[in-house]
Amino acid sequence: MLISELESSLGIGMEVAQGDYSDRELSTGYASDLLSDVMANAKADGVLVTVQAHKNAVAVASLVGLAAIVVCNSRPLPDDMISSARAEGVAVFRTPATAFEVSGRLWAGLRRP
Amino acid sequence: MDGMAPLPISPETGPQVVLEILYRLKVRDAMSSPVITSSPGDSMREVQYRMRDNSITGVPIVENGRLIGLVSMGLVIEALDSGRIGQKAGELMTRTVISLEDDMPLAFATTYFNRYKFGRFPVLDRDGRLVGIVCASDIIRALLVAMNKEVERLEERLAASAASDRPPDGLARLSFQVTRFDFENAGKASAEFKKALKGLGIDAAIVRRAAVASYELELNEVIHSDGGSISCLAGAGRIEVVAEDRGPGIPDVAAAMTEGFSTANEWIRSLGFGAGMGLPNAKRVSDEFAIDSGKGRGTLVRVVINY
Repeated sequence: MLISELESSLGIGMEVAQGDYSDRELSTGYASDLLSDVMANAKADGVLVTVQAHKNAVAVASLVGLAAIVVCNSRPLPDDMISSARAEGVAVFRTPATAFEVSGRLWAGLRRP
Repeated sequence: MDGMAPLPISPETGPQVVLEILYRLKVRDAMSSPVITSSPGDSMREVQYRMRDNSITGVPIVENGRLIGLVSMGLVIEALDSGRIGQKAGELMTRTVISLEDDMPLAFATTYFNRYKFGRFPVLDRDGRLVGIVCASDIIRALLVAMNKEVERLEERLAASAASDRPPDGLARLSFQVTRFDFENAGKASAEFKKALKGLGIDAAIVRRAAVASYELELNEVIHSDGGSISCLAGAGRIEVVAEDRGPGIPDVAAAMTEGFSTANEWIRSLGFGAGMGLPNAKRVSDEFAIDSGKGRGTLVRVVINY
């Protein structure tokens, strides 16, 4: 699944909050709201599923080489988060779905041939 | 996060530099001298002309070298208004004059301006003789001159240290100041380190380990320390990240090294920090890890990652 396919293939309402990225294949996903946990365990080119909607989440995503962040529960996205995601080339999506639902669909989607 | 050259004055300690200058400079370094004065026998009209001719807004009234009063522009206008412009300055001057001493620190003068709301203060020497006058613009001018000198000095020192300190080719050396609770800039140092390490052509997995270690140490300084610095030195198969802060220190280092142990407060946790994984994470990704801390002193963490 490509980053650009994330929006359509999960089958849930997804809004592209930061679409300035170089498209690439997603390897896996990681769901967590603890940034140290993300630091320790998230894999490069993965999707971060979280409710942490602030620029520190972008910093962590960028440092570990995550491709995209999906912010759940329609959490509001501050402007400085979007601008720093743009600067770092990290895609950001927002959805009303929960982390549980996003993770389930993402897990299934990534396994689909 | 583009490669901006570091400011010679740290934005963190900048105000401190200004304060130090204000304490180092004396009132005599900023005052105008000699002073344009009048004597009590001069008419208000003469004082007015003196103001006009010298583009000033206040004239100290002096008798036998002693300051006895002051005529401000406001008093001249009042005199004009009430038809008393021909009267003697000694009769209409204000006698409640607040003066400064020439060897007071400039910082005192600035508090006087705030406290008394006067536009200018006469300056007396130790023997009570009028030696100068100081207004707000004099202070600002003196401060700017001193700050320019300070910046030049810092730039020289920076250039000198860069020349002597420049790492040989194939090496990167970077250092950043970290401020407590500055979540705005948290992670910036680590991002710069990552960029530099990538630039050296170091393997992505190794760079990632260094980024994790440095980010955890950087965030620890943001969350827990009174401020500090983080630096990265890389080359010859070795990346060294050193985080050093000014306190308050870790009372129980063994506990802090235990996964899940955290002293972070609620709002820090709500940002996704304070999971008690910082130091353990940093240690896990490192080939060498050393921490030195204790209650009431700074913390020094040094990690090494070989490549």
